[in-house]
Parts: sequence; structure tokens; C-alpha cells
Amino acid sequence: MSAELSLFYFFAALAVGSALSMVLNLRNTVASAMSLVITMVSLAAVYVLMEAHLVAVLQIMVYGGAIVVLFVFVVMLLNLRQDDFPPGRQRGAKALGVVLVVFAVIKLLALLPAALPDTVAALPEGFGGYRDVGTALFTRFILPFEATSLLLLSALVGAVVLAKRRLD
Amino acid sequence: MAETIGKILFVLLVVMGAFLPMITWVERKQSAVMQDRIGANRANIAGITVLGVLHPLADVLKLFGKEDFVPAGANRVMHLLAPVIALVPAIITLAVVPFAGVYDFGGENPFSFVIADVDWGLLYVFAVGSIAAYGTIIAGWASNNNWALLGTVRASAQMISYEVTMGLSVVGVFMCFQTLSLQEMSLAQDSSFRLLGFLEHFGLFETLPGWLAWIQVPTWGIFLQPMGFVMFLTCIMAENKRPPFDLPEAESELIAGYHLEYSGMRWGLFYTAEFLEVPVIGCIVTALFLGGWSIPFLDTQTLIGGIGSFFGEGFATGVVLVLHVHAFLAKVVIMIWLQMLIRWSLPRFRYDQVMDLCWKIMLPLSLVNIFVTAVVLLWFQEVVG
Repeated sequence: MSAELSLFYFFAALAVGSALSMVLNLRNTVASAMSLVITMVSLAAVYVLMEAHLVAVLQIMVYGGAIVVLFVFVVMLLNLRQDDFPPGRQRGAKALGVVLVVFAVIKLLALLPAALPDTVAALPEGFGGYRDVGTALFTRFILPFEATSLLLLSALVGAVVLAKRRLD
Repeated sequence: MAETIGKILFVLLVVMGAFLPMITWVERKQSAVMQDRIGANRANIAGITVLGVLHPLADVLKLFGKEDFVPAGANRVMHLLAPVIALVPAIITLAVVPFAGVYDFGGENPFSFVIADVDWGLLYVFAVGSIAAYGTIIAGWASNNNWALLGTVRASAQMISYEVTMGLSVVGVFMCFQTLSLQEMSLAQDSSFRLLGFLEHFGLFETLPGWLAWIQVPTWGIFLQPMGFVMFLTCIMAENKRPPFDLPEAESELIAGYHLEYSGMRWGLFYTAEFLEVPVIGCIVTALFLGGWSIPFLDTQTLIGGIGSFFGEGFATGVVLVLHVHAFLAKVVIMIWLQMLIRWSLPRFRYDQVMDLCWKIMLPLSLVNIFVTAVVLLWFQEVVG
């Protein structure tokens, strides 16, 4: 087994393990959030192994650094415990969740053999670097890019309006 | 492999071995000079005090001797882990800092004095910096103390806010140098230009008096992006959480903020992380804005040519390498001095002032800076070609 492959298995196992520990940890919300950080960082490591360097760095910067910090921020401010959630109505939701996840996993496993290519194509020069991603983003994918920014802007303004109405 | 290990050892030796112990001493002595005091001068070995340089040693010995305390009701694992998480990002940031340039010693590859010469070096700095917030967050949360938690809430809000403006304030630098690699940026800064040379395109250059037309400046980030320099320095100092941005540990309000429940060397690790960030910030700012390892008005080719004509090329390259390392470290020392000067001159901001400065002043200014830089660069491409 090559060093790259063993690194991949290590980080893949770490990502899955910490994701599971995030979901299964019911006692401690901040610890769950920290498991999410480990998942994000190990996913970034997997991206590096796939030569997608820009995505890897953005993964850590945006998800690991900004979004989960916000999660933790909110969790700490609210300081929720198990008793704060009303009982009931949860059992049905949990059962539905389990059924949906099992269904999705079966579907994915069925699709996987067909999706895996037999041979690995060589990567073009500069693949995954910020130059290539940037050029693609601002030429070929300019419309989705701008549409996303519009979506985010409307979400931002919407959040401010909703929060302000409660304050007034 | 051996080369990389050598570079890592050099960086650790210089930054951790020389800068880090000296910086606590510098902080005490500089504050003393600024406040007209004598400062630390008592620690001695057999009566020899050496201007108080032995104080850091005495500090560390004292910290190791103190009780390592975990408060009741604290989350033990996370409480023990937090200081390490705070310290590691500061150390690993140094991996992409170019301590000297690229030199051809006739080997297979030219020798580049940076541990990891990656294409996206500056993004790596930001990514590592964003992880650094977790040390503070976990510390305050795991301590089971309301003051610590308040400090943590302040710290996380301050750090994510300033990360945004920090990123935006250096976009102008990316645009000027057209790269994200710190080594390539330093290489691009290893030259100089006529400050008013652009007037040539308006036909005004000939009308200037001779001395004005003659003025040359190095192509350093600070001359190309003066606004970017001021904003980046402000943001990165706010990330470091030292005064005047020390709201997370404001001792008059929060006792000691997020590291309130830490004692002994575990508290010392937070202290180390904060102090280590001072030279690390110096390194990043130097590489981005102060020309990195370059010596003003003497680019690498001229230097190697000049020294090489007397002593031979290979020897000259070695000498230039040493000169560049010293130029870099000298600039880092200047940046450390500047940070200490700011730290001991300004009083602590109020919390709303910190947030206003970030979102209402720096964010719009950085966007304006990006826009103006883009317009000027486009004009240069169109007109100058």
C-alpha cells in the first residue's frame, strides 16, 4: 500500500469516525461541534490527496474556521441541554431519519460500482489551483456564481429584517 | 528530506529559540523605557544579571513549579487540550514563510529557503489562523466559569469578524503580485521602480524637476498597497488579541477572560502562543509588505554579480543567502518593535468600538481598496501593456 493510499484511509476513517461521534454524542453539544471540526479538517486532507488544493484550503477556512466557530458561538450563547427540548414528536422524526439514511446508503452503494472509472485519467497541469478554479468560476460558471451571490445577499438581508422586526 | 529537516530546525531555532525567549524581555524593557522605568533587572546567576535577560528563564522555571489545576465541573479532556490547540497554529504558520530567496547552487533543484514552498501559501496562513480561534473557544468553554465564557464569546466574535477584513485587506496585494505564494511575492518585491514614472503616460514626466523624477522606491507591498498594509496590520493584531484588542482577556472586566482557570505551564502555553504570534505576524507582514528577504535597491542578481566578480559565483550566492536571511530577520525585528510600540501606546478599545472599526470602517475601506487597485491595474494593462 502506497503512502498516499494509507494516508487516504487514515483520514477517511478519521472523517467517518468523527462524523459518527458528532451525531451520536447527545450529552455535549460543544464536543459534537469539535468532532465536526475534525471531520472538516480530515475532509480537507482527503481533498489535498486528490490534488484539489484550493478546495482543501477553503474547506478549512470557511467550514472549519468560520461556520463551525459560528455554530459553537450560538451553542455557547444558548447553552442548551437535553431537558430544554420538549419530549415527544422526536420518536417519529428519528425513525423517519433512520429509514431515509438507510435508503440513501443502499441507493449509493448500488450506484457506486457503475460510477467508479476503470482507469484513472491524468490530471491537467494546474488542476485544482486557484488560477484554474478562478478562471473557470469567472468565465464558464459566471451565471451560477452571480446567482449564488444574489441568493446569499437576499438571505443576509432577510436575516437582518427578521431580527430587526423582533427588536422593534 | 534532509534539506527540509534542516530548514525546520533553522526556523524553530531562530523563532522558538531566539525570538520567543527574548520577546518577553523586550516587552518588559520596552514598556519600561516608554514609561520611564528601569524594568526587569533582578534575575541573576551568581550576581550576573545581563540587563535582565535571565527573567524569561526564571519565568519558565516558576511556571513549571506551579500547581497544574483543573477546576471542578470543568470538561477535563478539553481543558487539558485547549492550550495545545492555541499554540500549534502559531508554530505551523511558519512553514510557508520564506526566510530567504531562491538560489542556484548548481544542484538538481534551486534552493528555496522556505519549508513548504506551496502555491497557495497565503491561503494556508489564513486557514491556520482560522483554526487558531478554537484554542480560545475551547479554553473558555471547558473551564466552567462565566467570566471565562464571556471572554470566549468576545474572542470568537472578534476573531471571526477580523478574519473577514483581514482576508479582504490583502486581496490588493494578490492583485499587484499576481500570486498567492509568499516566496513568489518576495521575489516580485526584489526590485525597485521610479515613484512618479507613471506620469510618463500623461506626458508630464519631462516637466518634473530632476530630483523628483529620480526618486526610486522598492516594489514593496507597503508602497504599492499602503492602505492594505495599515488594514492588514490592524486586523492581524486584532486576531492576536493583544492590547489594544485584548477584550477577550480584559482583566479589569473579565479578570483574565478565557484563560482565567489555567495555572502553571498550561497558562504559560497560552502566554507563549500570544507572544509567539508577535514574531509570526512580523514574518507574514514582512513577506507581504516589506519586501520579505530582499535588500532595498540591491536585487539578487546585482548582489551575486558584484560579490561574485571578486570571490566566484558559488561563494557569492552563499554570502547573499546569509545577507538575505539577516535582512529578513532585521525587518521582523522592526515589526516586533512596532507591535510593542502600538501595544504600549494605545488604551484598550471598548467592545462596540472594536466591532464598529471592523464592520463599519475597515470592511468598506478594504472593498474600496480592492476596487481602486483593480481599476489602476486594468489601466496599467490597457495603457502600459
